[in-house]
Amino acid sequence: MSALLHVEGVGKRFGGFVALESIDLEVNEGERLGLIGPNGSGKSTLVNCICGTLRNETGKVTFAGEALDGLAAHERTRRGLARSFQLPRPFGSLSLVENVRIPILYTVNARKVGPGHQHVAHGAIDARCRDLLGEVGLLAKADRLPRDLTQIEMRKLELARAMAAEPRLLIADEVMAGLSHTEVDEIIALLIRVNGQGVTVIMIEHIMRAVMEVSQRLAVLVAGRKIADGPPKEVVRNPEVVRAYLGE
Amino acid sequence: MRAVPFVLCLIVAAFAIFGVGRLIGNAYAFFLGYVVVQYIVLGTAWNILGGYTGYVNFGVTAFFAIGAYSTVALYKLVPAMPLPLMVLIGGVLAGIVGLGTGYLTLRLRGVFFSIATLALAVVVQTLITNWDFVGGARGAYVLRPKLAPLMGGEYVQYLFVIMLGLCVIVLATARAIERSSLGYGFAAIRDDEAAAEAAGVPTLKLKLIATTLSGGFMGMAGAPLPYYVTYLDPTSGFNLNYAVNAIAMPLIGGTSSWLGPVVGAVLVGGLQEVLRVTISSAANVLIAGVLMVFFVIVAPQGIVGLFQRKRR
Repeated sequence: MSALLHVEGVGKRFGGFVALESIDLEVNEGERLGLIGPNGSGKSTLVNCICGTLRNETGKVTFAGEALDGLAAHERTRRGLARSFQLPRPFGSLSLVENVRIPILYTVNARKVGPGHQHVAHGAIDARCRDLLGEVGLLAKADRLPRDLTQIEMRKLELARAMAAEPRLLIADEVMAGLSHTEVDEIIALLIRVNGQGVTVIMIEHIMRAVMEVSQRLAVLVAGRKIADGPPKEVVRNPEVVRAYLGE
Repeated sequence: MRAVPFVLCLIVAAFAIFGVGRLIGNAYAFFLGYVVVQYIVLGTAWNILGGYTGYVNFGVTAFFAIGAYSTVALYKLVPAMPLPLMVLIGGVLAGIVGLGTGYLTLRLRGVFFSIATLALAVVVQTLITNWDFVGGARGAYVLRPKLAPLMGGEYVQYLFVIMLGLCVIVLATARAIERSSLGYGFAAIRDDEAAAEAAGVPTLKLKLIATTLSGGFMGMAGAPLPYYVTYLDPTSGFNLNYAVNAIAMPLIGGTSSWLGPVVGAVLVGGLQEVLRVTISSAANVLIAGVLMVFFVIVAPQGIVGLFQRKRR
């Protein structure tokens, strides 16, 4: 296995607050990585730095052998990085099918056609969008507007939109928060299925059952620093991790 | 309807409107028609940036007056130049200014962008007021030829035809944008820029396309103005009316579709003209303002939006 994503010494501060302090992280092609940490530990900031939504001040991010620094978020998406937002950010005036259509138009069909990559033909886009919505169980509401969705459904829409970009690396930022037991199972199955199709997955999550089930490796952020990284069963027994979550 | 039949319909409609004007046989019909069609062009141009991508431009008069004053300058330099060419040049100049403005200001979001465009209008007005060649604060006279070239009749008919032609071009462009991936990209930017970027939309590039097109079309709408009014000074060229109407008309008609600015311009522009002739020439801005407030409260999606919602 070769490393698909390299994060080297990435740091980010907001004014005097250090959100990330020299983070190193590697993710291998085809891997499922869980990223956990208490609220405010910098998980989402790290995702934002990887995806280009925020610019990291120090360090560098390399994806598939290419340095991403200085690239705008949309260029990173086109190179195969897709993410869902923790707080859902749907396109409010567009129907669900149209929401999913955007990454197909602007990412899938903006990439160069070559071996292993095909554009979605104009006439097939709608069917493809409905397939994607079907995968997350939103087909029945495909022609509705996002305002008709529950918070949970919006998370599923986030996931469908990220997958529509046909990424090599999918970053799922707390897609399961607030979901019921069976819904969590659905998303777990979905992530594992996507991973089986060759997509590398980083999952940020608080629901430990899901984290343990999905992750092959676990990294822990606390107060902007990575304190553990390794096999999930070992990491959750790591005294430093236990202390960060439960206190002394 | 596909693009080609739609453009044909627009052309047929334009010919029909012109034919009706000829039948009326009164020059006033053309003077009135010119104003309404000018506002369709101006409102649609504003809507490409303001409605589709959600960036509210208060600097309408800057672009409109760049078109108008480029005609004044060209009239002084090359009096024999045909008007359509002047319109094209005015549009290109305003489009370039649109591109530059976009590049400098689009890192600003929401209300800050709007304030910057307002500042642009002030800057351009100051420059023009101090530019002696185009008349400065005194204003400039442009002699309107008595007869229309090629088609005969009064010159105002020619101005009306040019504006109708522009209207066809602008509406066809707006509708083409709506149905293309460009339109989806614009809508994504309007709804959530960060999410648009994450979905692969090159937001800066698309916004620059929008400011350039929008600015260029506004310049084109302004280019025939000196021939219409025959005397142009900064106070009239940069009149608040243009900015208020260009914003009010799409808002009243509906910003989500090309039809919105058309409905808004015909309704508000027509109403203003009627009141101007029958009651008072000062009531214009008041009408637009009151209607805008009314529609923002009662029907924020505009008139077209009301019907679309019923259909859904």
